Amino acid sequence: MSLQEYFHFIIIPLLGISVILVFIRFVKGPSLADRVIALDMLILISICIIAVYSITFNQSTFLDIAMLFALIAFLSTTAYAFYLEKRERK
Amino acid sequence: MREIIIMILATIGVLFIFSTSLAMLRKPDVYLRISVTAKASTLGVGLILFATALFFNEYSVTTRAIAVILFVFLTVPLGSHMLARSAYFTKTPIWKGTEIDDLQGQYDPDTHILHSKKHNSSIKPEKSDKPS
Repeated sequence: MSLQEYFHFIIIPLLGISVILVFIRFVKGPSLADRVIALDMLILISICIIAVYSITFNQSTFLDIAMLFALIAFLSTTAYAFYLEKRERK
Repeated sequence: MREIIIMILATIGVLFIFSTSLAMLRKPDVYLRISVTAKASTLGVGLILFATALFFNEYSVTTRAIAVILFVFLTVPLGSHMLARSAYFTKTPIWKGTEIDDLQGQYDPDTHILHSKKHNSSIKPEKSDKPS
């Protein structure tokens, strides 16, 4: 089994299953903090999917998008936390 | 030989990500979920990006992968700490099996400044349940 086949048939399905599991928490989550942390986790898993995709199709250009996603994840999490705290204070 | 190393690294990383997402579904509490995400997912992302850097073996890809790994390692604990702090302020319910809540009565409810009796600060919390 070559590297591409292994990544395509074992790694990508595991990542897909974990996306589904996190998305169930995102829909179900009782509080807002649950949804925010599930969103953060979804973006981190998408970084992994981009890395695996760039290995299977031998195109290294997509890693720029991964960097962008890491930035967006940090920004969204901190902004949500900041405004959640601010909303409670009033 | 290098392919086997890449396979092993990616498999360990994916197993970490999978266990994290399984824990997201099964943990009973917001704080436990935040803790699990901050610890395991950074290792998973780091291992998979390290496998990518090994696979391409170029300067440009390696720098990008190291930049993403450093950024994730710096920012994920920071963001999750901020989120847990705001979740504690908004009084998200704690799991009923929790034995000790160390922060109870230690935060000033209006200004959100950490206050402890040991440090003899001027801010007094409204009610402190800890006898100490």
